[in-house]
Amino acid sequence: MVFLEFEKPLESLYEKLEKIKQVGEDGDIDVSQMVSELEDKIKQTRKEIYSSLTGWQKVQLSRHPERPYCLYYIENMCKKFVELHGDRYFNDDKAIVGGIGNIDGQTVVIMGHQKGVNTKMRQYRNFGMANPEGYRKALRLMKLAERFNYPVVCLIDTPGAYPGIEAEERGQAEAIARNLIEMAQLKVPILCYVIGEGASGGAIGIGLGDKIFMMENTWYSVISPESCSSILWRSWDYKEKAAEALKLTPEHMHGFGLIDGILKEPLGGAHTAPMDMVKSLKRHIKKELAPLVEMSVEDRINARIDKYNSIGEYDVRSVAVNENAVAK
Amino acid sequence: MGWFKRLKDGIQTATKNKKEAPDGLWNKCKRCKKASTIKELKENFYKCTSCDYHVRIGSHDYFDLLFDGKYTELFSNIYAKDFLEFTDLKPYHTRLEQAREKTDLVDSMTVAEGKVNRRPLVIAAMDFSFIGGSMGSVMGQKISLAVDHCLDKRIPLMIISKSGGARMMESAFSLMQMAKTSVKLSQMAKAGVPYFSFLTDPTTGGVTASFAMLGDVNFAEPEALIGFAGPRVIKETIKKDLPEGFQTSEFLLDHGFLDFIVNRKDLKTRIGDLLHLFTPNSVPSEKVSA
Repeated sequence: MVFLEFEKPLESLYEKLEKIKQVGEDGDIDVSQMVSELEDKIKQTRKEIYSSLTGWQKVQLSRHPERPYCLYYIENMCKKFVELHGDRYFNDDKAIVGGIGNIDGQTVVIMGHQKGVNTKMRQYRNFGMANPEGYRKALRLMKLAERFNYPVVCLIDTPGAYPGIEAEERGQAEAIARNLIEMAQLKVPILCYVIGEGASGGAIGIGLGDKIFMMENTWYSVISPESCSSILWRSWDYKEKAAEALKLTPEHMHGFGLIDGILKEPLGGAHTAPMDMVKSLKRHIKKELAPLVEMSVEDRINARIDKYNSIGEYDVRSVAVNENAVAK
Repeated sequence: MGWFKRLKDGIQTATKNKKEAPDGLWNKCKRCKKASTIKELKENFYKCTSCDYHVRIGSHDYFDLLFDGKYTELFSNIYAKDFLEFTDLKPYHTRLEQAREKTDLVDSMTVAEGKVNRRPLVIAAMDFSFIGGSMGSVMGQKISLAVDHCLDKRIPLMIISKSGGARMMESAFSLMQMAKTSVKLSQMAKAGVPYFSFLTDPTTGGVTASFAMLGDVNFAEPEALIGFAGPRVIKETIKKDLPEGFQTSEFLLDHGFLDFIVNRKDLKTRIGDLLHLFTPNSVPSEKVSA
């Protein structure tokens, strides 16, 4: 088990538990009561820690090394799944995966950012940071979904689109922008879930849909707290402060009306009971897709456009309009 | 002690006592360091008279350069607010007030309607001097309203981008403006009303990764910095020096993301040509009106 900094009280309790269990096994002493007492205490402590997580703690949880990633959900939710590769222009991006699958009888085109499970795989997946080809592959799959009238499900988990020389040469900005304008008018339903990190343009590049949800221990922001700290505070040391200021938690996002709901995670995070999380995501997808599939294409696209068009906080002041300002 | 030894470190003159050449008379070129008078600069389309460097200019300068005289400012009553009570080194609302005072602008985007070579056009232009031309809720809403206005009257839209990207102080609200502007532009595309994206120095981040790259025609000023990630971020990520000319207009043209680069002196003619070709019936024909 990997314990995060703020989980330290849990770590010592677990160590104690192990020791007592060991004693019980070695000798003939009955430790069952002590074990159950300790287990209760662990449960209690976990509840206390998790009932009031800060923004930065959620960021840490979203990056937990044992957290389930995109393909884990896809493979466990879909009875059948065929991964489809490549953008048909340049290559196959390993940081965005996708394909066609079947969730309890409903065929979907499902895709998302993929992180690696160990050091070697993390490099292979480029830490979930996609190049333009990733976004273009995603768009190809969405167009395929549109052709065969299958809903699209996007799972978001990225620290950002990759900032590299080749990414710029091949049009990182254009790839993300293209996805946004195409997703706006895609004829089939689009469901989006933030399952880990939701950083900036890299996240929204596959994140424009009819409904957007976030898992409980994730974040969604215009910039990572670290980069925000380095730009606005001109130092890397204010990441906690930045995480609070950015109001990036699912609770904030839901409060602002920027997402449609939050998926509860098992106590302690998705990684403590990953199969439970898979089941709850699957249930959620089925429940949310049903009404979307029923809508007419036109209504659905119009609702999607209205949804995004209504986002924004500003004042409309009554000022004398600068009529016919004369140039020169 | 020697008379040449400084007794106190640092500069002692108070800022208010600083002696400077009065503003608004001379311009020293950022690139070639040669001086020219502001009058000369203005007559040369705000380009350096020696090396043709395109000086960064504001929204109203572009309106003056492009429109046939009169123009009407639209949606000037939309103001940013500090909805998240965001504070970094200073509170966002203070930043906004200071920016408004310094620039005499309402926000980083101004929209105006007028005629370019007798053909109607709506221009939404950014001011880099207002919090780095950053995109927040106000910019998103102005673009949204501009699109509605253009769809309603079937007038082409041109956005002049000059921005560091999304406005961090509006967090996810600024990120969502990428989606908002894109869904609105999808309506323009569907209705067949032309949208021109004109990129100027600098255009980066969320602005590039949404509407700036989505023009029916994308064009830029020479040598503008255009990219998704900023050069400093890329350099820190790859830990290598960046090639010369990386992320310039010329680089983007070469890689297929721009249709052309236009010198500021030819800008009006070129836009006039586009309007002539895309909206041939927007001017009553000479014969009929004669």
